Amino acid sequence: MSEPAVRTALARDRHEPGEIMAIQMGPSHPASHGTIKFNLKLDGETIVDVDVEIGYLHRGFEKMCEQFTWNHCFPYADRLNYASPLLNNVAFALAVEKLAGIEVPERTQYIRVICGEISRICDHLTCLGMGASEIGAISAGFYMIEAREVLYDLVEAITGARLTVTYGRLGGVMKDLPEDMAERCRAAFVQVRRILADCERLLVRNRIFVDRMVGVGVMGRDEAISWGLTGPLLRATGEPYDVRKAHPYLVYDRFDFEVPTGTRGDNYDRFMVRMAEMQQSMRIVEQALAQLPDGPIRVDDPRFVLPPKDQVYNSIEGLMNHFKLVIEGQKIPAGEVYVATEGGNGELGFYLVSDGSGRPYRVRVRPPCFYGMAALGDMLRGAMVADVITTFGQINMIGGECDR
Amino acid sequence: MTPEALLERVVALVPAATPLPLVEMRGQAVVRLPREHLVEAFTTLRDHADTRFEQLMDLTAVDYLGRTPRFEVVYQLHSLTHRHRLRVKVSVDEADAEVPTASGVWRSALWAERECFDMFGIRFAGHPDLRRLLLYAGFEGHPLRKDYPLMQRQPLVPERDPITQPWLPPAGGAR
Repeated sequence: MSEPAVRTALARDRHEPGEIMAIQMGPSHPASHGTIKFNLKLDGETIVDVDVEIGYLHRGFEKMCEQFTWNHCFPYADRLNYASPLLNNVAFALAVEKLAGIEVPERTQYIRVICGEISRICDHLTCLGMGASEIGAISAGFYMIEAREVLYDLVEAITGARLTVTYGRLGGVMKDLPEDMAERCRAAFVQVRRILADCERLLVRNRIFVDRMVGVGVMGRDEAISWGLTGPLLRATGEPYDVRKAHPYLVYDRFDFEVPTGTRGDNYDRFMVRMAEMQQSMRIVEQALAQLPDGPIRVDDPRFVLPPKDQVYNSIEGLMNHFKLVIEGQKIPAGEVYVATEGGNGELGFYLVSDGSGRPYRVRVRPPCFYGMAALGDMLRGAMVADVITTFGQINMIGGECDR
Repeated sequence: MTPEALLERVVALVPAATPLPLVEMRGQAVVRLPREHLVEAFTTLRDHADTRFEQLMDLTAVDYLGRTPRFEVVYQLHSLTHRHRLRVKVSVDEADAEVPTASGVWRSALWAERECFDMFGIRFAGHPDLRRLLLYAGFEGHPLRKDYPLMQRQPLVPERDPITQPWLPPAGGAR
């Protein structure tokens, strides 16, 4: 909604316009998770105009990457979306591999799918749990954090770290899955499914929750497309665009899963789309574990992959290879590429330019929630102040990714 | 549509477009456009039944310091109908770093162009609200330019009372 439209609507409802009050909400507001400022213009409790200010977490990711070798960028890529670091890791690795022309072994592709989908569930749980607790359903929030904890244990078993995983490598992954991965996943998913069922019973038909979510933050399909929205935000409007289906990468074309969509494009639909997506992600992980082939977890190419440690310490060739890769970096052939993957919040793209040296010439991330934040102003105009919290919560802005 | 067929179709629709070699672009469809025909070309690409690029997925720039023209503004287009992508590049030089805005065609360009202005100092003619986005109004320089020093310090910004002083920068946008 535009500012004049809100004013017209207000004038229609009332005889005399109220006084416009300017309020700054944020940058560190207790009810908004993430450092962000809303410059609101209010007429009573109605938002007449809003200017969203981001950038409080700007760390210069893109500038930093230009200073280091390709391998050095992996830890930075982790810290973009810290709710689903594995997805970022995999996306960055895929982009560099496309630029270098590497095809990773099949087992690695399956491992990446498994990690990515576990991460996606964590991302959605964070978004929905926080979103629910911000509007008062704090027990549902805690339950979802409990489920996330179970999944973090899985992530820890795979990567050795809970949050800052740095698991992706150029041409492969850091290490293989634990041997009892299928068993662990089965046990974890039993718990996650139980908790999700609990949360569904707590929230989905809860009168207060429904009143706060239905018809709030509405954005129609055409507008959402024009604003560049992707992921759950776009799917909530009924457009079934999912990068995993539309442009299959890794081995996503081998799994049977559905793309849940909404109809109204409001906060409730965004919530329900994410709830349904978590079930689909678990289905994908189960199928991937059942199909998981044997084989190497890295490509066998000394130009890109670090040699095993016993070769580094015991042979001159291994040592030299290690030295060249660490000091000079992988020489990726000159060129450029844009690779899109489905991140937790939508299309996560990397646009990379290489000049043939060991360092990236340009790294650009397409952060999915950045475009959601751009559209937030349009979703909020005409709404109430309290709706800022729910709408902002369902955008799922992750500061690290939005501000880079 | 294969990238080759898409490039052929795009060149037929927009004669000003020059396709770039597929090998260097790793098999992705990329065209270069002169900035004079930009908005018109974007409108055609968005609305024509064969291309239908409904979404501007991303907009950024690359600084090729030492080359003339120095900057390249890069648009990532995506079609939801046909599920294909196209990258459009526009070259601009430092002395006249200005590109017509695409925000009239896709609204996603609104913030993306603000960020690009913020990071590279490229102006977008006709943009309704060209202010800095990630950095603050008093920031000096454009950090993603290759000649911006890595260890550059910024001057302190005087404290501002948000009540007595307006909370929005002047309407003309930050300089």
